[in-house]
Parts: sequence; C-alpha cells; structure tokens
Amino acid sequence: MSNRGANSSSALLQPSMQQRVGRVVLIAAALVFLAVFLLLPVAAVFTQAFSQGWAMYRDSIRQQDVLSALRLTGLVAVIAVPLNVLFGISASWAITRFEFHGKSLLITLIDVPLAVSPVVAGLMYVEVFGLHGWLGPWLSEHNLHIIFAVPGIVLATIFVTFPFVARELIPFMQAQGSDEEIAAVVLGANGWSVFWRVTLPNIKWALLYGTILAASRSIGEFGAVSVVSGHIRGLTTTLPLEVEMLYNEYNFTAAFAAASLLTLAAIVTLVLKKSIESATGVHQHGQEKESES
Amino acid sequence: MPETKRKKSWSLVTRSSPLPGFRVSIGFTLAYLTAIVLIPLAAILLHGSRLGWSVFLHTVTAPRVLASYRVTLGSAAVAALLSAAFGLLLAWVLARYSFPGKRIVDALVDLPFALPTAVAGISLTALYAESGWIGRYLEPHGIHVAFTPLGIVMAMSFVGFPFVVRSVQPVLEDLDPAMEEAAASLGANVWQRFTRVIAPVAFPALLTGTALAFARAAGEYGSVIFIAGNMPMRTEITALLIVTKLEEFDYTGAAAIASAMLALSFIIMLAVNLIQWRVQRREGKRV
Repeated sequence: MSNRGANSSSALLQPSMQQRVGRVVLIAAALVFLAVFLLLPVAAVFTQAFSQGWAMYRDSIRQQDVLSALRLTGLVAVIAVPLNVLFGISASWAITRFEFHGKSLLITLIDVPLAVSPVVAGLMYVEVFGLHGWLGPWLSEHNLHIIFAVPGIVLATIFVTFPFVARELIPFMQAQGSDEEIAAVVLGANGWSVFWRVTLPNIKWALLYGTILAASRSIGEFGAVSVVSGHIRGLTTTLPLEVEMLYNEYNFTAAFAAASLLTLAAIVTLVLKKSIESATGVHQHGQEKESES
Repeated sequence: MPETKRKKSWSLVTRSSPLPGFRVSIGFTLAYLTAIVLIPLAAILLHGSRLGWSVFLHTVTAPRVLASYRVTLGSAAVAALLSAAFGLLLAWVLARYSFPGKRIVDALVDLPFALPTAVAGISLTALYAESGWIGRYLEPHGIHVAFTPLGIVMAMSFVGFPFVVRSVQPVLEDLDPAMEEAAASLGANVWQRFTRVIAPVAFPALLTGTALAFARAAGEYGSVIFIAGNMPMRTEITALLIVTKLEEFDYTGAAAIASAMLALSFIIMLAVNLIQWRVQRREGKRV
C-alpha cells in the first residue's frame, strides 16, 4: 500500500523495533474491537435465525406478513430512491455549474435531514398530514390517507434518504469541473444531449454510489417510518417494522429470520460500495490511492 | 466560494455561465427541498411555538422529560467519547498500516451505516442479555448491560463510531509524509511527531467526527429502544418519549419536545460547520 511505501521511503521514518511492536498491538486491538463490536452482532442474527433449524427459518420468512412487509419495503424504495436521484442530479447541477446567491445556505439545508432524529422526521409529517395537522381536515374530507398509510411511509423514507445522492454528486461534480460540458455547448449540443452524452457518463459511478446508499437506508429505515406507519400488519409494516413486531411478540426466531434478510441486504450494500470504490476511484481521497495495488 | 459582490441589478445568478438548465434545476431543487424538508420542519416548529412560552417551557422541563434528556445526552456523550477513542484507533490503523484483510476491515467500518437500526437493536440485546454470548460473561461480575444505561451507551457507540473513522481517516491519509520527515530530521521522537505534527491536523477532523457521532447518538431510536428497557426516569430516551406522547395522542407535547431536540440538532450542525469553516480558512492561509 502507498502508505507503507511513503514510510519506508525515508530512512528517518524507518520503524524501530519498538514501533513495530506498537504497530502489531494497534492492529490487533482494532481487529479485536471490530470482531466483538461488529462481527458478533451479525453472527448473532444468523445464529438466532437458524436456532430452530432450516425448516423453521424457511417457514418464518415465508409467512404472509413477512412477505407483504418485504413487498412494501421494495415498493417504498422503488418510489423514494428515484425521486431522490432526480433531486440529487438537479441540485448538484445547479450547485456545481452555476454561481448564485445563497448557495452555501442551500448546501447546508440539504444536510438538514442528516441532523434530524428519525422520530422527529416522522413527527413532522404527522404535523402536516395527520388528523390534527395542517392538511389533516382537508385530507379526511376527501378521504385521502397519508399518515398511517403507504404515502406517509414513502414521504418519511424520502426525507431520511434525501441528502445521500446530492452529497455524493456535489463534491464529485465540483472536482470534475464543467470544461467538457462547456465545450459540448460551444460545439452546438443542446442541454439534454450535454447531460446524456457528457455529464451522465462522467458521473455514473458516483451517482450509482449515492443511489446504493439511499436504497440501503430506505430499506432499513425504522424510526421515521415507525411514527407514520400505524403498524397495520400486512398493510403498513415494512420489513424493519415487522422485525420489531415479531420481536415484541416474543417470536424471536421469526424476528431474527426477518432480520437476517435485512442483514444480507446490508452485506450486499457493503460489497457493492467497496467494489465501486476500488474499481472506479469514486469516494476515494488523495491521489496516492490512484497508484494503489 | 467565490461570489462577486458588486451587482447593479439583483439577480439570483452571480456569474453568468454558458451552460443551460439553471432555472429548471434550481427550480426543482428548491421546490423539492421546500416540500420535503422546509414545510414539515416549519410545521413542527410552529406547533411548538403556538403553545406560548410558559406552556412550552412547562412541557419541555417536566420531570420525566428532563430525566429523558439526562439519559439521552449523558449516554450520547459517553458514546461519543468511546466512538472518538475507537474511531481514532481504526482510522489510524487503516490510514497508516497495511495488513492482510485491510480492505474487508475498511468495508466493515460502514456496517453500522448499512445495518438497519432495528436489526442492530435486537442483535445487541441478544448479545448482552443475561444468556447472550457477551452478557453471560459480564453478568456474573455484576456488569449489567442490557436494559441499563450501559446498554444505551453500547447501542449509541455502535451507530456513532463510523462517523469518527470516516472523518479522521482521510485527513491522516492525506498527511504529507514530508512534514513528519522534517520533524524527524530535526530530532523529534515518535510521541513528539504525533502530538506536534499529526494531532494539530487531525484534531479538527476528530472533533467533527465526534460531534457527528454525538448528534447521531442523541437522535438515535431504533437500535436503542430494544436494549434500553425503556423505564421512565431511568432508561427512557427522549426520542422514545416523543413516540409515547404520540401514542397518547398528546401531539402538542410531542411537538414541543421535538422542537427542543431540533434546537439541539441545529446547534451541533452549526458547530460542525464552524469547525469546517475554520479549517478551510486555515488551509487557505497556508496555501
């Protein structure tokens, strides 16, 4: 790795015996910490899920309620993520390609959902769309249901995944600059062909990276969704909520079986993220990484 | 950000660009931001403020609410410190050393970001409960983790420490080895190189990461409620209290407490922005 190269390049920084021991101790401490703190919880999920055998596991995840929770989780992600992708592209285009008043304020506001507690996020939508909220009376007059129904879950999920794509694209497009796009415009390309032929091919990996982060959070969101869902089995429970309900019913094996599906999704997320990072250089800092491996 | 100051007639754009699409992209961005973030945020703050000052104050300082702040902020502070210590260790090891499996370790650090909080919650509870893999070795020594404030700290550290790693690691990786070589050639030993050369550069990043870990911990819900035990006055976090108020149809109480939590979030956000702004200014001066 580059850093070892950097260290050994200088005789002055050649590690002494003492430093070598220190290095081994630090690495060992980090590995033990990760094993206890991160790997054990993951191992516990699968052990508990399979504690009653494979047949029981299969039956648990094939339950009607788990399947409909899985469907709802998928549906919510399929609506929320593309909307946030659209927002991310539009926000990063405006922010990185133009100079305008209030730009830093806009960048700060995009980060707001990261700072807000998920429970508070859910409550915000109850305040707008709930029965006692601003639009509540009007909505109930027209027999429209947002809170304790699927639209509320979608809105809460959009809120918590709101910044992910934009935060990935803004620094990436800033670093890339707009020379190629300006050249395309000067050569007579219109806006759409600039976007499809120049911008999109350049940002595709960063865009995919942000999309994966948003999708992962959308699948796993619990607090915000829990406030607006109403926990109606088979109708408004996403998979994480189903895990909670099974757990609170002391149906531990089924809860962990459902949780194992979410854990698998998390592992897939990590693998995809890492692959994009090492294959494309997206989300890597410094130039040293370029020469890595 | 360079912004031209002198302008005769006011327009949103401060420098013209040959590229198309400003109106469309800024229009959609602002409309979406307003609908998804700003209006709902205003709704909760207005509801909180409609109460009138004395009622608001009475609601957000009720004994059970105060106890929940103590539990939440106390646990979040301890968790942030633990996150800082372990986060720094991991960032250091990942930035400085190479060892087999480093890529996997690097990927694993993000696990708490990727693992749904409810899953983390039930799994940590299973581990630290009396019969759990870790709990069974701690309970005989009188160390109770599950259903105590210590459990809350564990869950909050789990979700918080990646923030520290991801803030500090890039700074350590970008550190110019020439600076350390210069210090070494002037006779600085390892400890001096660390405190005089590395620490001043890494400290703002460590502070940012710790503040983010604290913010996340203070607002955390999913991973905490399973392991906390949720006893009013003892192990009830503020986020859960909001949910409880909602379930009792006390929308006003929920909005008031949520406003207090939002105020805390914004203070932390401001602090983080200030740190980053100061670092940028200092780097600007150096260049």
